[in-house]
Amino acid sequence: MTTLTDTAAPPEVAAAVSTQLLTKRYGEHVAVDAVSLTVRRGEVYGFLGPNGAGKTTTLRMILGLIRATSGAATVLGQRPGAPAANSRIGALIEGPGFYPYLSGRDNLRVLARYRGLADDNVEWALAQVDLTDRAGDRFRSYSLGMKQRLGVAAALLGEPELLILDEPTNGLDPAGVSDMRRLIADLAAAGHTVLLSSHLLSEVQEVCDRVGVISRGRLITEATVTELRGGNRLLVRADPLDAALAVCMRVVGDNAVSVVDGTLRLLVDPGLAAEVTRALVSAEVDVHEIRPSERSLEEVFFEMTATEEDQR
Amino acid sequence: MTAIMAGTRAEMLRLRRWPALWVMLGVWLLLNIIFDYVFTYLAYRNGGGFASEGVSRERLLAGLMPDAVPEAVVQGMPMFGGAIMLTLGALAAGSGYGWGTWKTAFSQGPGRLTVTAGTLAALACVVVGLVVVTFAVDLGFASTLATVEGQSIAWPAAGDVAGAFGGGLLILGMWTVAGVAIGTLARSPALAIGLGAVWVLVVENLLRGAGTLLDWLQPLTDVTPGTVAGSVAAALGATPVSDEGGTPGVVTNLSGGSSIALALAYLAVFAVLTGVLVRRRDVN
Repeated sequence: MTTLTDTAAPPEVAAAVSTQLLTKRYGEHVAVDAVSLTVRRGEVYGFLGPNGAGKTTTLRMILGLIRATSGAATVLGQRPGAPAANSRIGALIEGPGFYPYLSGRDNLRVLARYRGLADDNVEWALAQVDLTDRAGDRFRSYSLGMKQRLGVAAALLGEPELLILDEPTNGLDPAGVSDMRRLIADLAAAGHTVLLSSHLLSEVQEVCDRVGVISRGRLITEATVTELRGGNRLLVRADPLDAALAVCMRVVGDNAVSVVDGTLRLLVDPGLAAEVTRALVSAEVDVHEIRPSERSLEEVFFEMTATEEDQR
Repeated sequence: MTAIMAGTRAEMLRLRRWPALWVMLGVWLLLNIIFDYVFTYLAYRNGGGFASEGVSRERLLAGLMPDAVPEAVVQGMPMFGGAIMLTLGALAAGSGYGWGTWKTAFSQGPGRLTVTAGTLAALACVVVGLVVVTFAVDLGFASTLATVEGQSIAWPAAGDVAGAFGGGLLILGMWTVAGVAIGTLARSPALAIGLGAVWVLVVENLLRGAGTLLDWLQPLTDVTPGTVAGSVAAALGATPVSDEGGTPGVVTNLSGGSSIALALAYLAVFAVLTGVLVRRRDVN
């Protein structure tokens, strides 16, 4: 696994979730293979991977729903599944599990009772996902999107410190997806830690601070979204190219400059754009374009998973 | 303890809004009324010929009177009551795996055993309520029939009522927890109900029949849950199936003390088995 982020903060202090070589086998099949990830308190962590990559199995182990074959995990300072941890976690794992004959409101009341919460919390959670109007209807009559929203409302009960959301936008219409992203952003702003599993790259790109990419059960990288997308790059189109190359190598260093398809790529902080521009203009080089260069998360993802496939 | 109380409140909420619960309880009350009062009264009115199996009219009438309610309440419990409560327990535990509600409940904070204890406590409340309602309904029917037949109303002795109440709780409680254990084991209501109903209604009777022919099988058939429940009912005054006009499922293989001790043991074993399964197994 490649780790691009700094690890200055001791994980045992700052981590909401920490796994060490977490592994789950079903007979010969390795569903999760030695996954070591760290979700820091207060961040939105995207757990990204294609269907069947092992995301849900990892989340189930973190919640204590299934036992790891080997490895270890710590959740809010406790072992997975410990009441002291789960009472501070809100989770939506692989589709909501509710009583079909109960209304959405009564389903949440059942869960609120398990948590020892008053019914006020139920109304608040329903309002957060815009489900108050249909809360009296039976769960079995809900559309997929409404079921998903009720699942998120259940996760919000009691305003838990850590939210574990597995594909929360499944089945939501575009407006619902937008609302969900805004809700997650609001939760993060309010200090909640969010572990968001998704196969939707755009979703992760928009709302997550850091990302773990999992493929075929293995965590192949853990980094900030900016790092993953190669944010520390400047793209320069200038004329004449040779003079521009010489200037750029002088300003940012020989090893940080390359030429691709007649364009200069500088592996530097995009904040240096003004300094580079001044140097180029002083050297009487015509600057046609200078901008930060970022790959989409989609490009990075396919690149990484393809590399992982090749290595196998 | 607070967590178990919270779990019990949660389970009570979902159970009391569950149509299947009311259907099962309604079926039990209906069977109880039909077999204990309607058929017996028809037999009495027809001069003891219809379905009376040679029992005299006087005895038929005595069985319909209020002071016979304790026996009437428990006599149907070993077989039909058992099958119904086993089905209820299996549904209560097994359905949660299909709906994914155990996954949701086990993620809420209370430990798995606490949630399970809440389920068992809520089902215990249902059993208590059912036995109370059965008593009330039977007393109502018996009083009405006594009035219609011009008989004086003699209420059952308090000791008989207490005995039948405790015995009813034990029999229905044992079968309910057996259903929960099978539902948890199967992680599916359909398989659990199928297995449980076949055991209660068919296998136990076949085993008892075979036990009378094979000496070596008798010790085993004497301690099966159905035999234990039937022996508890017989000890409380229900007429055994071997007597004229006896009730299916009521047997005298065990003494009252032994049957009660074994029923308590079964109840504990089924509860522990459920707890072990819930605690150890993965929840998908």
